Amino acid sequence: MGLLSKKDLKLITDPLADNNPITIQVLGICSALAITAELKASIVMSVAVLFVMGLGNVVISLMRNIIPSKIRIIVQLIVVATLVIIVDLVLKAFAYELSKTLSVFVGLIITNCIIMGRFEAFALANGPWKSFLDGIGNALGYAVILVIVGFFRELLGSGTLLGIKVLGDPIEKTGVYAYGYENNGFMLLAPMALITVGIIIWVQRSRNEALIEDN
Amino acid sequence: MAKNTESNVYTVLFATGMVLVVGALLAFLASSLKDKIAENKRIEKQQNILYAMGINENDESSVEFVSKNIVGEEFNKYITKQLVITGANAVENDEAYLIDLKKESALAKNNNYQRRLPLFVGNKDGKESYIVPVRGKGLWDAIWGYIALDNQLVIQGVYFDHAGETPGLGSNIKERFFMDDFIGEHIMDGDTFKGVAVSKSNADPKNIRKTDFAVDAISGSTITGDGLAAMLKKDLRMYLPYLKTLNQ
Repeated sequence: MGLLSKKDLKLITDPLADNNPITIQVLGICSALAITAELKASIVMSVAVLFVMGLGNVVISLMRNIIPSKIRIIVQLIVVATLVIIVDLVLKAFAYELSKTLSVFVGLIITNCIIMGRFEAFALANGPWKSFLDGIGNALGYAVILVIVGFFRELLGSGTLLGIKVLGDPIEKTGVYAYGYENNGFMLLAPMALITVGIIIWVQRSRNEALIEDN
Repeated sequence: MAKNTESNVYTVLFATGMVLVVGALLAFLASSLKDKIAENKRIEKQQNILYAMGINENDESSVEFVSKNIVGEEFNKYITKQLVITGANAVENDEAYLIDLKKESALAKNNNYQRRLPLFVGNKDGKESYIVPVRGKGLWDAIWGYIALDNQLVIQGVYFDHAGETPGLGSNIKERFFMDDFIGEHIMDGDTFKGVAVSKSNADPKNIRKTDFAVDAISGSTITGDGLAAMLKKDLRMYLPYLKTLNQ
């Protein structure tokens, strides 16, 4: 047996596919639509959420026995906001360039409903170590979808990946553009992110019938 | 130890305690890091101004400022004069770059206040450029930038930045492919001020025509682009009385 027991391992692997926060629980859709026009933004957001969710889950879990249930949502919100502001301040002082990249994500992290969802559904009822694993697992599940959507939107919408022109130059007409290919600007708009997420959900459910709900 | 976490008294005490702890923590952190953050902002301003006039370490497609360690020296070397323009007067002031545009524009709403306009005069390889700071509104938050003009009022370089435009869309105003389009654009049509529009129906995507007063917009960031064009129009116009005296 390794570092993690089977049960612990499941906390990390479940959210990656069969209990994915975006495609199965349909949480965190807003940020998944907003920032996936570029692969780089998807990756930065994923790392930021991974950090906040891992740490936040632990903090909430440690406080779980003293939080009054009437104001627990407000307490959760304060914990997320405080963590994000602390990170933002420290980065501004010691890694200014990095903070410039991250500053636009701050608002999106605080309002990310996956974070609140995991606090509410998991950290309030489980110990710190389990909560930490759950936070990491869900953040990774979120990251997987963000990166897939970001990959297709940037590739089909701008013809680039991480800013590198992989399909040739659309204005100089080199690469595939020489054969009449055009970028689909519609991919850069939010509706196409929703459709891309929809296609992922479709593929996932057609491969695993246990995920299909009975009506 | 069984505590009644449901009682109203406990709830109020918990809330008060939490607010005090979090408030104190953040206030302490913010005030102890204040000087460092202010210093970083000052360095950034110098880097941005130098970037606009072409002093940077860009390679083919990246945006690289002069490094933090030498920015102070480079700033003193290339920026020959810093002016503060108020009405018809232009006075030299070595701290003009520290003027807060946001505060100035708020104060200017008061009728009695004569707005101070900072202007930086740079000299690179014998060619003078006049760097105008601008500030406006994007989609979500503030956008700002520095526009370097020559004495014919042709744009020599720009730097744009933003507080919170959408990543991957509006945030692209600080990317090379967008900023470089401004180089060589004219802002004056004879004696008439035109500014530079950010145009969606631009028939000149390769940006060959430099006197069409437009650059190509970014797909998916219409409001940011419109805000940027409005910012250029509004702020450059304030400097016109002074800038027009340059080529006479």
